[in-house]
Amino acid sequence: MAAPTTPAEIGGIGHSVQRKEDARLIEGQGNFLDDIDLPDTLHMAILRSPLAHARINGIDSSAATAIDGVLAVVTGDLMDQHGLAWMPTLSGDTQAVLATDKVRYQGQEVAAVIATDPYIATDALEHIVVDYEELPPITTPQQSLEEGAALIRDEKEGQTDNLAYTWETGDQGATEEAFAQADRVVTLETHYPRSHPAPLETCGIVADVNSVTGQATIYMTSQAPHAHRTLFAMVAGLPEQNIRIVSPDIGGGFGNKVPIYPGYVVATAASLLIGQPVKWVESRTENLISTGFARDYYMKGELAVTDEGRILGLRVDMLSDQGAFYSDAQPTQFRAGLFHVVTGSYDFPAAHINCKGAFTNKAPGGVAYRCSFRITEASYLIERLVQTAAYEVGIDPAEMRLKNFIQPEQFPYETATGFVYDSGDYPTALRTAMNEVGYEDLRREQAEARAEGRLIGIGIAHFTEAVGAGPSRTYDIAGLKMIDSAELRVHPTGKAILKLGVKTQGQGHETTFAQIVAEVLGIPANDIKVEHGDTDHTPYGLGTYASRSTPVGGAATAVVARKLAEKSKKIAAHLLEAADEDIELASGVFSVAGSPDRSVTIQDVALAAYTNLPEGMEYGLEDVTYYDPPNLTYPYGSYIVVVEVDPDTGVWEVQRMVALDDCGVRINPMIVEGQICGGLTEGFAMSAMQWITFDDDGNCIGANFMDYLVPTAWETPRFELLATEVPSPHHPIGAKGVGESATVGSPAAFVNAVIDAVAHLGVRNIDMPVLPDRVWAAIDAAV
Amino acid sequence: MEITITINGSDHASDVEPRTLLVDHIRRTVGLTGTHVGCDTTSCGACTVLMDGKPVKACTVLAAQADGTEVTTVEGLKTADGLHPIQSAFTDDHGLQCGFCTPGMMLVGASLIAENADPSDDEVRWAISGNLCRCTGYINIVKAIQTAAARVAESSNGS
Ligand code: FES
Ligand code: FES
Repeated sequence: MAAPTTPAEIGGIGHSVQRKEDARLIEGQGNFLDDIDLPDTLHMAILRSPLAHARINGIDSSAATAIDGVLAVVTGDLMDQHGLAWMPTLSGDTQAVLATDKVRYQGQEVAAVIATDPYIATDALEHIVVDYEELPPITTPQQSLEEGAALIRDEKEGQTDNLAYTWETGDQGATEEAFAQADRVVTLETHYPRSHPAPLETCGIVADVNSVTGQATIYMTSQAPHAHRTLFAMVAGLPEQNIRIVSPDIGGGFGNKVPIYPGYVVATAASLLIGQPVKWVESRTENLISTGFARDYYMKGELAVTDEGRILGLRVDMLSDQGAFYSDAQPTQFRAGLFHVVTGSYDFPAAHINCKGAFTNKAPGGVAYRCSFRITEASYLIERLVQTAAYEVGIDPAEMRLKNFIQPEQFPYETATGFVYDSGDYPTALRTAMNEVGYEDLRREQAEARAEGRLIGIGIAHFTEAVGAGPSRTYDIAGLKMIDSAELRVHPTGKAILKLGVKTQGQGHETTFAQIVAEVLGIPANDIKVEHGDTDHTPYGLGTYASRSTPVGGAATAVVARKLAEKSKKIAAHLLEAADEDIELASGVFSVAGSPDRSVTIQDVALAAYTNLPEGMEYGLEDVTYYDPPNLTYPYGSYIVVVEVDPDTGVWEVQRMVALDDCGVRINPMIVEGQICGGLTEGFAMSAMQWITFDDDGNCIGANFMDYLVPTAWETPRFELLATEVPSPHHPIGAKGVGESATVGSPAAFVNAVIDAVAHLGVRNIDMPVLPDRVWAAIDAAV
Repeated sequence: MEITITINGSDHASDVEPRTLLVDHIRRTVGLTGTHVGCDTTSCGACTVLMDGKPVKACTVLAAQADGTEVTTVEGLKTADGLHPIQSAFTDDHGLQCGFCTPGMMLVGASLIAENADPSDDEVRWAISGNLCRCTGYINIVKAIQTAAARVAESSNGS
């Protein structure tokens, strides 16, 4: 790791500065959505469909409306009168706000009660009578695409089947040629199951529309407040200057808080109609059954390989389960997000990827759960596939990877699907992790254990992510280009305020973004206040997801600080009576080249910016930057997991987990490691226990934290972290982003470890979550 | 019904509906919003408070059941002497990210170290196994609770 260039009291890049956001949070003084309590607030509760597929023949809300304290029951018909029964999704589909014709999944929004008290609102739901006519539910994408399957989206003009989209990329001809030259073709079919980000705080809104002034102040658990303001303006027809979105402290997001959900639209409409603030906070069950599922990709990958283990090409067929509406939050050009990063960390010339998505009677979502638009699924597939190929060819899985890695001198490297990887040293990363875990010894121990009837497995995953969307020429969501911004004001006493277009949900922006400014200008990080989340008070940006804060917002911060450094140098030259080009800036001290005793500080310069300027210069020390990244950034890592599997029960335990991450320059190593530990835990969760599943009637199994298992401290493995640091060549401070790496990379490492323990029996796949009964069944079938 | 609960040292008398949950009472009637709600099945521990010194999940206790008890919420951890050692340890060891689980985690941690001056890694993990955190992977939470225990032990040895 490069040593910090600033002293600890300035706290620039590379210092593990303590987090500024902690002070309020450890005293219970955070301001989360449900903590907002405006005068005269009304409370909303949502009636949801108990059925997965049914026609609505009528809704009788008279008994509910008659209850004391109930102000209104909102139905789809009422929303329809205002043109709001349907809303656009982020993937160009439409989604029902409140059902008017049919319900298409269990948990779909049917009506909403607005009452003076949340208990009364919930009570009233039981008094709404809905006349449902049951229709057969479709619960898998395979059923959905069968000839003659019932049409789920019968309201959609021109829709004659249940296909949500098709998408194809890569070079089919070149790929067929590669397969023709291969000694063998290795195939893996696997399902990345439906999961849910389940941040500990659920989603919610307080909509406060003033019917006199037209001002709409909307407090919302939003990872992307500026984008949401614009979308609200477009969807609801409200003038954008009158919309203020305030995203307060957020109790975790992980992609769940990117989309606009029906509840937000209904609460806003209700506030507009009634003229009082309306609050809606999801229950955990509502969160798990209706907002923001992730994954649910059925993938078939084929690798063309030589007998020496050289990869020649990759072919992928993918079928996604979209639920009832196609509402993935993803860039417009890419129908399956960045899934085409599936070529991974390997150097081969040809790939062809065929994707399609199907509607089913399940909740919509398709959010990027701690993931840059579907790269989690992609990374999982290639890392499982390479491991499978190693077994088939008969070489060690580590050697298989080392043989096929993109080499350090090949960067920038253009992949077969068109990504241009910026930098990396994959062999060093994997070898370092192998040394740490003692790979050769472990292989020996594994063989010895096997002779005694014990099953040890060693699983590797070497992932490459594509994050930081993105260059405006390629990346937009709903037409909004994925740029981001930073505005920096230095006050006369040398203290500063930094305003961001991105929005923290626990990542520590208030600390790390101040460190970037500290690095450039030498103002102590503790003297810099970071503001974010309030669209009236921060510059425009697309928000925080897809690990884009540091790559895009962080870059904007560095650039705006550099702009102020340039102006500051001119002011310093004026104060020091020296030539502009002779001024040098280091850790907040401007000195004259060759005579270091002639110097002024950034604090002197800040005061002069408002009091004593060179001739013709404009007062003030502030600026704003909108950053359009030239490329994505490509963090990577090598993870090695060691497990022991109990052959009699299928229970597996993690014995070691070594995680090497290279996310380029680390702004705050403590925070980076915190992100990695959190991400590894979610990766472990998906591999071991966490999934949303459905019975044949479309009932969601996994609708609360007793059925949807997220790991506690007791199950969570201990992690050993390692780092290398190859900077991004195009990012102003060389950083790549890290919030999602570990969730993207680690599931394959855990699953590969379990498979490795039983691979000698011929087992090649166990779908996630790798539950003990599945392991046991795989062993049983193999022996 | 009339109840009186001593919350963070002050008495709060109120007339509540019998069905009112303690967590809603604390958040909405008393107005202390540091206690959070993360689930509806007593699974997450975000709502943890200390009732007569023992951690309870306030989403699964009726306000009426807390009548006559002493309740400590996160807002009551700090004293005139400053932050509770568990609070400073959570900052020092980066035991929080979004901070939503943190009040519950700190209260369980505080009650653990009041009984066990030197908890092992496993003892801490077991103690907090009723509290979910989606951000940290627990490693630094465990560390922070142990740091707090060590600091408390050190200062009582010193005094
Ligand atoms: S809110 Fe009480 S345990 Fe989850
Ligand atoms: S810090 Fe976010 S849930 Fe624990």
